[in-house]
Amino acid sequence: MTDLYFICLYVILSKQGTAMSLKLKVNNAVSTVDVPPDTPLLWVLRDVLDLKGSKYGCGIGMCGACTVLLDGQAVRSCQTNVESAVGKSVTTIEGLSPDGLHPVQVAWEQVDVPQCGYCQAGQIMTAVAFLAKTPHPTDAQIDDAMAANLCRCGTYPRIRQAIRQAVKAGAAVHTS
Amino acid sequence: MRLNRRSFLQITALTGGGLALGFFDLPFASAQFDPQAALSPTAFIHIATDGTITLMAKAPEIGQGVKTMLPMMIAEELDVDWNKVRVEQADLDDKYGGQSAGGSTSTQSNYLPLRRVGAACRQMLISAAATRWGVPAAECTTTPGRVLHAASERSFSYGELAGDACALTPPSMDSIKLKDPKDFRIIGKPHANVDNHSIVTGKPLFGIDVKVPGMLHAVFAKSPVYGGKVKSANIDEIKKLPGVRHVLVVTDTPANSAGTPDSQIEPGIVIVATGVEPGVVIVADLWWQAQSARSKLKVDWDFGPGATQSSEKFAARAAEQLKAPPTDILRAYGDVDGALKTAAKVVEADYSYPFLAHGTLEPMNTTASYKDGKMEMWTASQSPAAGKSQIARALNIPPANITVHLTRVGGGFGRRLNTDYMLEAAWIAKSVGAPVKLLWSREDDITHDDYRPAGYHSLKGGLDAQGKLIAWRQHLAAFGEGGRVAGAVDATEFPSGRVPNFASYTSAQPLLLRTGALRAPGHNGYAFVLKGFIDELATAAGRDPIEFNLELLNATPIPMAPAANGRRGGNDTLNADRMKGVIKLVAEKSGWANRKKVPGRGMGFACHYCHAGYFAEVAEVSVDAKNQITVHKIWAAGDVGNQIVNPSGAEAQVQGAILEAMSQMQQEITLTGGQVQQTNYDSHPLIRFDQQPEIELFWSMSEFGPTGLGEPSLPPALPAIANAVFDATGKRIRTLPLERSGFSFA
Ligand code: FES
Ligand code: FES
Repeated sequence: MTDLYFICLYVILSKQGTAMSLKLKVNNAVSTVDVPPDTPLLWVLRDVLDLKGSKYGCGIGMCGACTVLLDGQAVRSCQTNVESAVGKSVTTIEGLSPDGLHPVQVAWEQVDVPQCGYCQAGQIMTAVAFLAKTPHPTDAQIDDAMAANLCRCGTYPRIRQAIRQAVKAGAAVHTS
Repeated sequence: MRLNRRSFLQITALTGGGLALGFFDLPFASAQFDPQAALSPTAFIHIATDGTITLMAKAPEIGQGVKTMLPMMIAEELDVDWNKVRVEQADLDDKYGGQSAGGSTSTQSNYLPLRRVGAACRQMLISAAATRWGVPAAECTTTPGRVLHAASERSFSYGELAGDACALTPPSMDSIKLKDPKDFRIIGKPHANVDNHSIVTGKPLFGIDVKVPGMLHAVFAKSPVYGGKVKSANIDEIKKLPGVRHVLVVTDTPANSAGTPDSQIEPGIVIVATGVEPGVVIVADLWWQAQSARSKLKVDWDFGPGATQSSEKFAARAAEQLKAPPTDILRAYGDVDGALKTAAKVVEADYSYPFLAHGTLEPMNTTASYKDGKMEMWTASQSPAAGKSQIARALNIPPANITVHLTRVGGGFGRRLNTDYMLEAAWIAKSVGAPVKLLWSREDDITHDDYRPAGYHSLKGGLDAQGKLIAWRQHLAAFGEGGRVAGAVDATEFPSGRVPNFASYTSAQPLLLRTGALRAPGHNGYAFVLKGFIDELATAAGRDPIEFNLELLNATPIPMAPAANGRRGGNDTLNADRMKGVIKLVAEKSGWANRKKVPGRGMGFACHYCHAGYFAEVAEVSVDAKNQITVHKIWAAGDVGNQIVNPSGAEAQVQGAILEAMSQMQQEITLTGGQVQQTNYDSHPLIRFDQQPEIELFWSMSEFGPTGLGEPSLPPALPAIANAVFDATGKRIRTLPLERSGFSFA
């Protein structure tokens, strides 16, 4: 009896961090995950759904390596509770295009942007969301849009070049 | 609660009493892979009967482009179509020769051996074809992927010959004839990174992406003060948290109690007490669970002697040392003090730069699995062989029972030459008996790095009435003990040997903190100092900085006695003509001679030689009323020999090096109460996209063999920018980060 009481008490006290069944739509596929609702979306994507494309760089919203699209908006998945993604559509780098041929991806390959490559999923997702809204950006607009995505290797010159190239190729029509 | 003894995993038991953790076999070390050693073609080239050609990429890919560039060398001589080649990352194996990434050595040490590998395989394919046709091999040639016998108009694809060829004994590597570079089809042409498609589609390539069946996830909370020990921790509480499977505690590391450096990764760079550091490991089903549990962790630390350290005290001690006679004479000749007394003009300046963290975007991680006495690992390391031998010694596992798979690495910059995190992962996996991925948080990474050592310099220069440099005295207050100094200046560092009266001194104070190599180690700090001071001297002499530098380069170098006390240097390897070549090129391209003086705008020059490469750079900046610096443009000219193997990768390396130099100018790691005060990119900021200058790069081709360029292109950018700020404002930046000199990047 006492044991049971303590077990119940323990369950109540440890409710924080308790898993819940949540329905997520990621890259147009619906799946159910059992995680505490305050888990950052990034870790659900990476370790529960096994989508490793979105990266952990800082965990505080500073670097942009974890950027994904939530209903087409670029968000920091390390700062997004999984619960808040319920009922919305999540797009990760893996779901950007079926064949890896989104104009932004193509431009990135042609310009040979990646050095280590670790930040690039976040850079690409940020650029995709930006070009969907701003199909013909000025350099100042590109600066503004990309300023919060860090690259430790210094691929910025090539990112600028790739964005310009994607604009020419019509990245704007692909909003995924 | 107080921990009972049972709860602790003693590190002493772990190491079997052995204290010798962390001796490094690094690329810089003398035991490095002999570039002339023969490699077997069969290790690197796999030709399937269907014609698929797979080339093994031997070295760790940390973003420096070797996974593309090294196989290009093989493909060139093998004579294959690059687009049809598959490149695969090699596991750690002796058959590949040295497999490390550091010191900008990959190009230099592989250029001939890997070309020979390709050429030998081509020769074997030719022999196989000649035998089948019954013709002399000399009559056969190749076109990409095929052996031809022109006289009889016959040909075989490499795939058709693969079976026969692999039965042949590889020819002697010394006799292999290599292509004339004018016939190159692959080397010297820009080639995109072979992993680009996987990167832009989000494939799991990196260490952090590794997944093995039954894998658990670990975090490791180490002492906020280096060398601290665990007194107690609330581990019973942590064990009950969701998903938590194991909690391990390392109370102490024996090496810490000795308090002495136990390894030296290159002369002048000391790593103190490398091993599994004291702390608490939390192993859970998911990483986020382990990390969340950690937020409830309460550890009572015994911080130990490190807790008395602070950046203020370091600076105060260094200032005292710089006023006192030096403890070590690195090099002295002539009569420097006498010459300074009689000089027409004397210039004095103190410079300093701080500790820096590496902050690779992918935090430290390794996945390890230990079963039946065998360790299997997947790691993002620059120095996997060193990690393997460290693990073999520390965990008492025969090296033959340790398998190491290399993943793509999300940035190295020297941080991953230290393999502390590999050892930690191996130890955790062995302790819990299940595969474990250890992932450091960003905060772990910034607060437990091998920091670029800080340095404090005092300089004096004497000019004669004609404005010629006649005396140079430099004194570095650094960190270290017993003659081992972190970030020491080379005795032959320019302008050593090129000034008639010269002295280079060092003093050091003890440090309980790990230091290590950061891209262009040593040079990234003292190029800023020495090349800034040369600019000051040129200004004092009323002379053009480029002309002033050229005069020093034209001086006949005074030879130095061979290296003593195991010190680096001894021979001044700087080739003045190569340096003059890049200076001339950058001056011409930047329009240096005709630059106009515009208020608030300025141009600055610096050149530097390191890692066998020569770079001269000119920066153009403007500075606003709030002392905010905009770097508009950098012109860079480099000489890294007679061949740029992959121009696309090479250009990217130089762009990255220049942007990293800008990051370095605004970062610092400081200690208060022995604790690192910076924790993430908010307090240790990287340069941003909107701060990038235009970068234009030019190559000066010389007749020397090709060498690396990821490092030598970095050091001149710092003084070039600082000198440009002086040109714009009349104010000298002598203290980094910029903020401590009253400046910042706009
Ligand atoms: S990991 Fe999310 S912003 Fe850095
Ligand atoms: S490519 Fe390495 S962090 Fe951006």
